[in-house]
Amino acid sequence: MSRDAARHWQRTSGLMWTMLGLWLFFSFVIHFFVNSLNSIVIAGFPLGFYMAAQGSLAAFVVMLFVFAKKQDTIDREEGVAEED
Amino acid sequence: MAEAKSGGDFISNLGKIYTYYTGGFFAFVVFLGILEQLGVPNKFIGYGFVFLTIAVYALIGVLSRTSEVGEYYVAGRKVPAFYNGMATGADWMSGASFVGMAGTLFLLGYDGLAFVLGWTGGYVLVAVLIAPFLRKFGAFTVPDFFAERYGGNTTRLIAVIVLISCSFTYVVAQIYATGLIASRFLDLDFTVAVYAGLLGILLCSMLGGMKAVTWTQVAQYIVLIVAYLLPIVILSAKKFGIPLPQLTYGQALQEIANLENSLAAKGMAPVIKDAAGAVSFAKPHIKPFTDYDPLNYFALILCLMVGTASLPHILMRYFTTPSVRDARSSVAWSLFFIFLLYFSAPAYAAFSKLEVYSLINKGTALADLPQWIYTYGKIGLVKVCGANAVDAQSVIAACGKIANQGGLLRLQDLSINTDVIVLSTPEIAGMPYVIAGLVAAGGLAAALSTADGLLLAIANALSHDVYYKMINPNAPTKTRLIASRVLLLFVAVFAAYVASTKPADILSMVAWAFSLAAAGIFPALVLGVWWKRANTPGAIIGMLAGFGACVYYLVGTRYYAVSFYETWSWLSGSAPAAKAKFVELQTAWSSAAAGAAKDAAWVALDKQAQAVANWFGVKNISAALFGMPIGFLGVIVGSLLTRAPSQEIQDMVDATRRPSGDLIMRDKDAVLPSH
Repeated sequence: MSRDAARHWQRTSGLMWTMLGLWLFFSFVIHFFVNSLNSIVIAGFPLGFYMAAQGSLAAFVVMLFVFAKKQDTIDREEGVAEED
Repeated sequence: MAEAKSGGDFISNLGKIYTYYTGGFFAFVVFLGILEQLGVPNKFIGYGFVFLTIAVYALIGVLSRTSEVGEYYVAGRKVPAFYNGMATGADWMSGASFVGMAGTLFLLGYDGLAFVLGWTGGYVLVAVLIAPFLRKFGAFTVPDFFAERYGGNTTRLIAVIVLISCSFTYVVAQIYATGLIASRFLDLDFTVAVYAGLLGILLCSMLGGMKAVTWTQVAQYIVLIVAYLLPIVILSAKKFGIPLPQLTYGQALQEIANLENSLAAKGMAPVIKDAAGAVSFAKPHIKPFTDYDPLNYFALILCLMVGTASLPHILMRYFTTPSVRDARSSVAWSLFFIFLLYFSAPAYAAFSKLEVYSLINKGTALADLPQWIYTYGKIGLVKVCGANAVDAQSVIAACGKIANQGGLLRLQDLSINTDVIVLSTPEIAGMPYVIAGLVAAGGLAAALSTADGLLLAIANALSHDVYYKMINPNAPTKTRLIASRVLLLFVAVFAAYVASTKPADILSMVAWAFSLAAAGIFPALVLGVWWKRANTPGAIIGMLAGFGACVYYLVGTRYYAVSFYETWSWLSGSAPAAKAKFVELQTAWSSAAAGAAKDAAWVALDKQAQAVANWFGVKNISAALFGMPIGFLGVIVGSLLTRAPSQEIQDMVDATRRPSGDLIMRDKDAVLPSH
């Protein structure tokens, strides 16, 4: 593997671990605190319930659009992107 | 502008075509609404919805017919990210999601959100770990990847077996759902409805394979999302003045909490008493961990997410995008379109719950129940006091048998099937029948589109992987496509036949699909891309061990619960009282006299065994909690104990990781745009 390819993969892996960290947080960690979060109520929604019903879902959607953009930037900067 | 290819014209006009289609669909709904006002009977409105939408799907299917292998298997790899996102949305959201999800949330409250989370978060894994690499690989099917990466047909065959075992029960459930919806709304005989649905599915998929399925799924997504959102948007506007149910149901949640307290105080709902004797509502809507303990709640989320990321009918959708870049953004669009439905489902649940609790709270005499209770009671979906709520007399008779019932409807008297929530919302809110017909059309679209995707996944695995790659590698293009279609027809008819027998067991096995895929496919798939050292023996061991452990846990705890518990009683996480009861029933069974008494004792023993047969209290639906780690361990240990894969394979993995350059696999018959 050339040095450039190694760097591309290193940056890709870095992004992957960041995404997995966020995924872990919004899928599990935040919901561990559902009972304490439920004491905060916004527009009728107890926050702990809201996170499981909407908050985490919205976070996943935003994460994926940001991921697609970031990975594409990495591919372009490392010269391995497909032609447009 | 001159178009070089016939397909190019269609692709560049997609926006226009589907805008007209959506406009036409709205016009059609309004037209049927006018017909209803003019006095056309409901039955014809229902027929109009079902037959016209199916005819449109079939038309798209026929227009997209193809005789090219690349178009048949991967839609020519030219589906734009946005549209592939919609198609995946329809592929993903099943009839059960559409009809039953809100009802599940109604029944389970917070704990039901495990499904909402699990069925969305998995797409993060798809985008980051899997889809872009599979697209670069250029496989036609998921087993194709296994065969190429791990060399040889052993892994291909195992992948085909896992694929079929998780997809077949699933497709039967979709065809079953089609029959159920059509028979409910059209008064068709259930079996006739199943075969009518089959015809719709075949017309959409047989002539054009993936290409046809893609463009019908986009059309089906539009119908299903409009049908899902319209009733609650109207409801929200009526109740709270804002047509954004996802925001306004916060107020409904507050009102539900107040009603829960009020019902508990009046003794009109199941209650629990604390140590001091204070009474409170038994299962508040927002209270966590009433049905699932935290371990099972989080285990279920994990298994559903990883399962989502391993289901072949979803992964193969990302083979169809024009580039690796598009595969990534397509996953984002998919999740966005799926999100639109799943973040609305809790609003459905809250509005319905508010309606039902208000009805009970104001003190409704058994003689004055609203009409929708009887509508669904007649088809066995609503029970009052333990009997189907057919009419006022039968309800009063059933409740008369309960001591101190009091003559008013109480929450503990009412039992609602999860399918009722979405289907009945238009009627409960007093909307015209045309909206109910629209909901039925949406449910059908959801079931048909998922069935199309699953059937194609199964038939392609049989025709491409088993027939072409393993049995007859020299088959000419024409034979390959004939084989694909014949197998598709065969699988579809067989699935419809199974569905027509209303198999209770198969339908309850659908939830197993996620665990089976998560344990059998995910570890070897992810490590195949992310760990160069993974090799053939590792993949074989990992897939067999993970899948095997999962099947053992699923089948053992469900069908052989007694012997499973006898073997693993020391690992069971059930309460000591439940275990003691098992021992008691076991003694009763062994001392029972042979014959009917012994059989009855066995039934009781087996039932109790199913409650205690587990490892650490993990429910059977989350079997991948064990299967997946075993799968990973199998791949890793198996690979490390044997030789590293050849330099050729390692170079191939490098090429997979790099978006630029040619596809790894090239099919000799495929006519595909080069990138």
